[in-house]
Amino acid sequence: MEKDEYLRMYKEMVIIRRLEERSAELYQQGKIGGFLHLYIGQEAVSTGLISARKPQDRVITAYRDHGVAINCGLSAREVMAELLGKATGCSKGKGGSMHLADVTKNFWGGHAIVGAHLPIATGLALGDAYTGQKNVTICMFGDGATNIGYFHEALNMSKIWNLPVLWVCENNQYGMGTAVERASAVSEIIQKAQAYGMPSRRVDGMDVVAMRQAAEEMIEAIREGAGPMLMEAMTYRFRGHSMGDPERYRKPEEVHRYQENDPIGIFRQYLQENGIATEEALNQLDDEAEAIVEDAVQFAEASPEPQPHELFEHIYVEA
Amino acid sequence: MARITMREAISQALWEEMERDPSVFILGEEVGVWGGTYAVTKGFYDHFGPERVRDTPIAESGIIGAAIGAALTGLRPVAELMTINFAFSAMDHIVNQAAKLHYMFGGQMVLPLVIRAVGGGGRQLGATHSQTPDAIFAHFPGLKVVAPGTPADAKGLLKSAIRSNDPILFIEHATLYQMRGEVPEGDYTIPIGKSTVQRAGKDVTIVTYSKMLEISLKAAEQLSKEGIEVEIVDLRTLRPLDMDPVLESFKKTNRAVIVEEGWKSYGVGAEIAARIYEEAFDYVDAPIRRVAQKEVPLPYNRTLEQMALPKVEDVVQAVREVLNG
Ligand SMILES: Cc1ncc(C[n+]2csc(CCOP(=O)(O)OP(=O)(O)O)c2C)c(N)n1
Ligand SMILES: [Mg+2]
Repeated sequence: MEKDEYLRMYKEMVIIRRLEERSAELYQQGKIGGFLHLYIGQEAVSTGLISARKPQDRVITAYRDHGVAINCGLSAREVMAELLGKATGCSKGKGGSMHLADVTKNFWGGHAIVGAHLPIATGLALGDAYTGQKNVTICMFGDGATNIGYFHEALNMSKIWNLPVLWVCENNQYGMGTAVERASAVSEIIQKAQAYGMPSRRVDGMDVVAMRQAAEEMIEAIREGAGPMLMEAMTYRFRGHSMGDPERYRKPEEVHRYQENDPIGIFRQYLQENGIATEEALNQLDDEAEAIVEDAVQFAEASPEPQPHELFEHIYVEA
Repeated sequence: MARITMREAISQALWEEMERDPSVFILGEEVGVWGGTYAVTKGFYDHFGPERVRDTPIAESGIIGAAIGAALTGLRPVAELMTINFAFSAMDHIVNQAAKLHYMFGGQMVLPLVIRAVGGGGRQLGATHSQTPDAIFAHFPGLKVVAPGTPADAKGLLKSAIRSNDPILFIEHATLYQMRGEVPEGDYTIPIGKSTVQRAGKDVTIVTYSKMLEISLKAAEQLSKEGIEVEIVDLRTLRPLDMDPVLESFKKTNRAVIVEEGWKSYGVGAEIAARIYEEAFDYVDAPIRRVAQKEVPLPYNRTLEQMALPKVEDVVQAVREVLNG
């Protein structure tokens, strides 16, 4: 990988982190409403994964979607504006935190019904296969989502039709307050892929370089016709499920233990140890990321609310 | 009488019924260790244990299906859907199984099943998480649908639902959990399938239920200052529908406004208005009005979302219209 690419990935992770820290503040101030699910701790998963896609590859995910949106190339401005429900948001203020999307960047959305986007991913891949395009669909979802029927229907169909999908389970070890062992008959999600005869791989989701490498290999194999595969990214969310989670289901010590394993910290160390970047260079990138997020907040706050007539727009394509 | 919240009233009903009858148990997502996402079952897991307060995987059709099966064996499951929006993921089990088994097998199968689900908009949760699809469920014979608007009714109706031998969808409203009201002490039930007058008046009949009862009561207060006295009939149960108090009131006022949070098309208001026209046409002095949600999926943006939901002013205006009509 080129040096610039490493640095771009590092900066992207910091942008995501700052953007979410700021959004948590804006939520406390009542400027963001509804549900806000933070991705803090999981940034290496989508950053490594999506950095390995080609622009024509499609990405679809669940409601924990801010990081994915940034990785897909949405600007911090349009993401922040959406969180504030502004007309300049990527979904025009109608979607909010859980429903970011930009189809021109092949980001097919955050989706709020657990597991519901998996069969849709099967369909995205079907569309590409049907028209003979060598695109790969990357579908991200949580560990909890592997217990709902949608997951099983989607994996099975993608396999019998040999569709180009990379299923990526972000195993952050909890679905809300329910630990994987309490909700899933098998604790390794890759076992579920094996049941459908699908190649699978467990990857350290706190290590962006490992994620990037695994994603490159799997995406290219799928592009060459290997059929669907499943990647299980082992990760952890540092914050509650969403804002206001009392977190009675896990001990603070457990959270602290994982926080020492911060994906951004790990990557920083890697970059320095391998002579890719100096501390000063990384600090400089931190400052740039900070400025981008501050600009995004200002942009979002200054942006107009949607016009009242917007309420009735986009119900149908044809009136 | 104690003044408690809707949340406490529902929680008490569950707790008391579980103490009373060991065949009653709860299952659903985050009902146990978490204590319920709306804190309704807080403390239950420690008291009743994991067998009777069962955390489930995220698997709505699995939850409702398993509840149906357990009910067929004589248990009294109270299945919690984290929100009513997820009932769509369990639609087959609710409408094709729960609502049909008793009838289709000639009365052999009995399902003492309660499905609790919270619905309603107004919290900026976006299009998929803000729905009030009550009318859809009330469409199916074989399923009973209850939706209380006060803490006292919630407690009494939930107790009746748990003791009933029919499958019942019990719909709560997310923005009513904090509402306080007088709730009788001790054991009491309120019959399922009985509407009731929540406010007496002589000029216009408002027919409503759930969250919109609160809105209608506020509108009534405002109108009262202008000398307009509305009578409010709270349906409480959408199926089986008790029209008696509605018709009795209407025959007195000859004018009606129906207020619901869900969409107007094919909704509760459509049903009630049609019934009034069918059963009390000679008493109609003005076209019946409906107040309901604008016909859009609810947006995230707060201002737009509020525009789409029925408000006190909408009810006030509708009442004025039927008086002038
Ligand atoms: C069908 C459905 N059921 C329940 C929910 C409520 N819910 C939202 S997120 C969530 C937990 C999902 O856990 P997981 O898939 O592991 O993703 P994570 O939040 O850990 O990223 C639940 C139960 C929902 N949105 N959709
Ligand atoms: Mg999870």
